[in-house]
Amino acid sequence: MAQSGKNLKHGSTRQQPLVGDYTFGSVTDKISAIVLRGRTPRNWYFGFAVAFLLVMVLLWSVGYLFLRGVGIWGINMPVAWGFAIVNFVWWIGIGHAGTLISAILLLLRQQWRTSINRFAEAMTLFAVACAGLFPLLHLGRPEYFYYLVPYPATTGMWPQFRSPLMWDFFAVATYATVSLFFWYVGLIPDLATLRDRAKRRFSRIAYGFLAMGWRGSARHWQRYQRAYLLLAGLATPLVVSVHTIVSLDFAVSIIPGWHTTVFPPYFVAGAIYSGFAMVLTIAIPLRAVYGLQDLVTARHLDNMAKVMLASGLVVAYGYLIEAFIAWYSGNLFERYMMLNRAFGEYGWCYWLLIASNIVVPQLLWFRSVRHSVPLLFVIALVINVGMWLERFIIVVVSLSRDFLPSSWGLYVPTFWDWATFIGTIGLFAALLFVFIRLLPMISIFEMRELLEESKGEHS
Amino acid sequence: MPQVFHPSMNTISRVTIFGAVLIVAGLLAVVFTIVRSPYITEVNVVREQPVPFSHQHHVGDVGLDCRYCHTSVEDSSFAGIPPTATCMNCHSQLFADSEMLEPVRESYRTGTPLEWTRVSDVPDFVYFNHSVHVRKGVACVTCHGDVAKMPLMWREHTLFMQWCLDCHWHPEQYVGSPQAVFASGSSGDRQRVAEDLSAVVEVESQTSCYTCHR
Repeated sequence: MAQSGKNLKHGSTRQQPLVGDYTFGSVTDKISAIVLRGRTPRNWYFGFAVAFLLVMVLLWSVGYLFLRGVGIWGINMPVAWGFAIVNFVWWIGIGHAGTLISAILLLLRQQWRTSINRFAEAMTLFAVACAGLFPLLHLGRPEYFYYLVPYPATTGMWPQFRSPLMWDFFAVATYATVSLFFWYVGLIPDLATLRDRAKRRFSRIAYGFLAMGWRGSARHWQRYQRAYLLLAGLATPLVVSVHTIVSLDFAVSIIPGWHTTVFPPYFVAGAIYSGFAMVLTIAIPLRAVYGLQDLVTARHLDNMAKVMLASGLVVAYGYLIEAFIAWYSGNLFERYMMLNRAFGEYGWCYWLLIASNIVVPQLLWFRSVRHSVPLLFVIALVINVGMWLERFIIVVVSLSRDFLPSSWGLYVPTFWDWATFIGTIGLFAALLFVFIRLLPMISIFEMRELLEESKGEHS
Repeated sequence: MPQVFHPSMNTISRVTIFGAVLIVAGLLAVVFTIVRSPYITEVNVVREQPVPFSHQHHVGDVGLDCRYCHTSVEDSSFAGIPPTATCMNCHSQLFADSEMLEPVRESYRTGTPLEWTRVSDVPDFVYFNHSVHVRKGVACVTCHGDVAKMPLMWREHTLFMQWCLDCHWHPEQYVGSPQAVFASGSSGDRQRVAEDLSAVVEVESQTSCYTCHR
């Protein structure tokens, strides 16, 4: 302990402990008490009420959409992909941080993932749920969405397997399934802990039902570890594949601004970038409200900021290459695309994007910024906005100016575009509120493991 | 602390988890089967008609040509249902007092057409054209079955899009000589004809959506 105290004085982040001064019992008490305490805190009710109101906005705008069709949105030719696709790509990207944290960092034995993996995985699930809504709503005839499923139909017709939109369906469906299993399997030992600690009969039965008879025997743990590693192995390629396929939706077409080979890696980096920004956006208020500063420590925030900085630089490289190729290719349309992006009708979006995705995050080079919680929160929010703008520019600006001036046209989002988008933010927040009320937001058993391992480190 | 669940829950949960998988799979199999069953497709189901008209008798025994009644089959999308007058060409003399044919005579007297129940009907979003099929050498029996052996009319094939596509993908297996289109016989015989003729008859695989859905 003396050693860590000394390090604190010197301010070395590397040596700071990942977890505060806890015992197995006290860490379990701390995390499970958030769920099991009798009274729901008032600020939870307030937050949930706001989120619930936005869910009603979502239902309202989706109901109106089903009534009137996609004409209520600002989309038209040539910009037939508006907010729906922008929001889809944004949400699906956000999910990627959860998978990266839970799968890749697990396989790489990055212990700091332990405090944040549970709610990051929940975030992934909820983000994928929001993302999955948009392509279906965008269909115009959402009742025929099952045409995407290859099943033995009497029509003898199969989905177009050569279309990236088809791959997209599989990528997102696989992603949602694997994420759900991974999250649930990770929850099982904690659900058993909650079952054993719950006071009320209903809670005991509900958690007991979900814990599927977990008793924590050596055999259970041995099988559990194997299953968890297998799922991590399954989830790892998804971190790369899902957003690659999303990027192919664009890259396979011939529209200037879409037809780019750099898209897959640049989309994946952007996904991780926006995902970590969202994890920080959620983690910072959560640890403040629930007093979890000694579980999600300054070292965690520091590490996440570093991941953001690194992935942000890859994204910046992507922007640079797009501009470079526009000049280097000597292609008139590519060059015009780039000039239009920067100085056209939507030029202000581009400069806002550069400011929020490239310029502002450079602050993260400074240790003092990475250790200032309010600054980190603001930077995370700015990156969230920036990544949304990136997708807006890719989808809308590219479509608004294609090869023929006669087919140019602008896109202006309508009230319903905004209502649907804000509604999904409400859905995301509402699901998160329900999650932190009913399930342990930090993995209890993995924190106990971490305590055991870090004890060995210090002695 | 007392146990939350009785030990029997172990068995119950196993049964429900695996049972759920089986039930879902079973339901899908049931839907799959019902959709393809004669209950939905009406294959081999004899439909009620105002008069029990027998193709077996008129085509098989008497030897009428299809076009004697279905006059527009070579020139129009619709093969044509004969007016009562066509029936009366013969039946003013033959079986003129038959009780069975009273609806035909009544129709002729009053000028009200007989309301036949259509046996082979494709959905309205399908633009099917008889004339092009006949001209390209798709025999009547290929789609309607050998009506010369049908005492009452039934649907020979499902009329699923899959069934249409079977031929549109591989027309050479179904198309025969345009001269033999109206001949009776099994489609197996026609297939043999097709093997000889597919080289000379100009047949293309038409599988664009707009071929049928316009």
